[in-house]
Amino acid sequence: MVDSTSISPATPQPLLDIANLNVYYGESHILRSVDLSVGPGKMVCLIGRNGVGKTTLLKTILGLLTPRTGMITLEGTPLRRKTPDQRARMGIGYVPQGREIIPGLTVQENLILGLEARPQGRGKSQTIPEQVFQLFPVLQSMLGRMGGDLSGGQQQQLAIARALMGSPRLLVLDEPTEGIQPSIILEIEAAVRRIIETTGVSVLLVEQHLHFVRQADWYYAMQKGGIVASGPTSELSNQVIQEFLAV
Amino acid sequence: MLTSLFNSFFDGISIGSVLLLSALGLAVVFGLMGVINMAHGELMMLGAYTTFVVQNAFKPLGQPWFGAYIFVALIAAFLVTALLGLVLEKGVIRHLYGRPLETLLATWGVSLILQQFVRSVSWVMMLGLVVFCGFFFGAMTLLSRRSHFQRIRGWAITMLLPLSAGIAWAASSTLGQKYQLAVTKPWFGAQNVDVTAPGWLRGGIRLLGAYQMPYVRLFILSLTIICILGMYVFLQRSVWGLRIRAVTQNRSMSACLGIPTQRVDALTFALGSGLAGIAGCAVSLLGSVGPNTGQNYIVDTFMVVVVGGVGKLVGSIAAAMAIGIANYLIGANALSPLVAWFPPLANLLEFFANSSMAKVLVFALIVTFLQFRPAGMFPQKGRTVDA
Ligand SMILES: Nc1ncnc2c1ncn2[C@@H]1O[C@H](COP(=O)(O)OP(=O)(O)O)[C@@H](O)[C@H]1O
Ligand SMILES: [Mg+2]
Repeated sequence: MVDSTSISPATPQPLLDIANLNVYYGESHILRSVDLSVGPGKMVCLIGRNGVGKTTLLKTILGLLTPRTGMITLEGTPLRRKTPDQRARMGIGYVPQGREIIPGLTVQENLILGLEARPQGRGKSQTIPEQVFQLFPVLQSMLGRMGGDLSGGQQQQLAIARALMGSPRLLVLDEPTEGIQPSIILEIEAAVRRIIETTGVSVLLVEQHLHFVRQADWYYAMQKGGIVASGPTSELSNQVIQEFLAV
Repeated sequence: MLTSLFNSFFDGISIGSVLLLSALGLAVVFGLMGVINMAHGELMMLGAYTTFVVQNAFKPLGQPWFGAYIFVALIAAFLVTALLGLVLEKGVIRHLYGRPLETLLATWGVSLILQQFVRSVSWVMMLGLVVFCGFFFGAMTLLSRRSHFQRIRGWAITMLLPLSAGIAWAASSTLGQKYQLAVTKPWFGAQNVDVTAPGWLRGGIRLLGAYQMPYVRLFILSLTIICILGMYVFLQRSVWGLRIRAVTQNRSMSACLGIPTQRVDALTFALGSGLAGIAGCAVSLLGSVGPNTGQNYIVDTFMVVVVGGVGKLVGSIAAAMAIGIANYLIGANALSPLVAWFPPLANLLEFFANSSMAKVLVFALIVTFLQFRPAGMFPQKGRTVDA
């Protein structure tokens, strides 16, 4: 039950707004009438067990999948006819599940590619901002390595850094702690928090770790392709956690 | 005996370099889009015809200038075929993305059109084409500025298509009646045409013993090396090269990073086509050129791409050289002295010792090789194009 009254006329226009979204894979109905919104500067977390359609939703936001019906807007602009690369240049940064580091390119080249999403084009700048290395010091010593040779945790940090290079307005993260050793999870969590503090970017996060989920302002819980609960994360009850987190 | 082996090795390399030059464009396009462009051979053929045209334009200039025509021809062949490649990508291939079989069929259709085109192109036909394209696309461009274009698009096409075709037909037939044969005679016709190599490319240098390496072959070898190096530097050092490498390895993630994948496709296809044009220019130096010239190359170049493995320049290089040398060793029966002590094997090799039978054996070897290494000599690590 989406609490639609929570977006009263007084609240500012949401950065990302999704209304009545239905997505199919062939004939199987994956997303069912999904409504979701992310306010400016807010961190929103999407939870739900494996296979409920979280990744499908994010891919649809990025334009990798085409919805059958429904509406996605970014600051009021409908995204329907935009290709994924146009959406990236409109300010959506994507850290996909499985990280999708380009294996045959060096860490430096992977980072430089992140500049493609800058709205003003990459310009002449090919330099990697110092801020990236402050967030992820481990990357500095690995610039010449192939992306495919990095460990899972390093690849995850690279994926986040790469998305950051494009100065996004909305950062979309799909299970950034999946399959990563606990000490690195805390590092990644801290980095995301610092990114939000310093850049004011809005975040849409899919996550299974309760500790990380609690950092968000708002949560949506998904079941069988539909949103079944939502609210401030401070009110996240044990019952909801039991039901929707694979812990 | 060693000399003869060495000579066949050198001949093999020079055949391999022609193969490589013609396969280079195909390999880059196949790596990026997973598309085999069946019209690649015809693009080569057009490059060869462009060379013929440039050569004829240079003939009246006399000696010192005529010797330089080949460089102008190389550039012209590149530009003509690259432009055509761009049109082909925007007009046909883009609309068939993700459907490799349809793409194969469509590009095969294009190859037939191009073959017939060089047979029958004349001033009248050219004028008709220009008038048609001018009217149709001009009107469409004007109309597309209007806000309600999407609604009237279907109507506009049904109205404009016969209209522009009619005007084009009227214009060309009036011209044809007025000037008769002067404008209706085909430019090239169905016969083969001959490109003469510039004077400084005739003859050759003596290597070992009586063996002569023709200058033309050396020229093609250096051209191949220059193209490979140029391609390598472009892919490794330039912004567009980085984009091409990224899209080749992971298309959807590259798009999500903001890389304009459609423009990357168009540029790569134009580049691959331009390389076909250069290859065609080189091939025209080796023998006469006809509308069917391209067909002789598409199978060989396709084999180079498949044997080399997708998305790796070094794979194409190794495969082209291996196929070239194998072809020559078998075709010229250069191995016979080595196996003379074992008559059955010697007889078998003797049986395959002509160019068409050599192709059969090489093809069989390739099929066997692919049974063991289906991804080619240098398979790409990690994801492939369609993953
Ligand atoms: N490429 C695909 N083709 C068909 N079905 C798919 C595909 N990808 C995912 N699915 C199905 O869609 C559903 C949702 O998947 P997904 O969005 O990946 O779930 P989650 O990210 O929540 O674990 C699953 O039932 C899955 O089997
Ligand atoms: Mg998922």
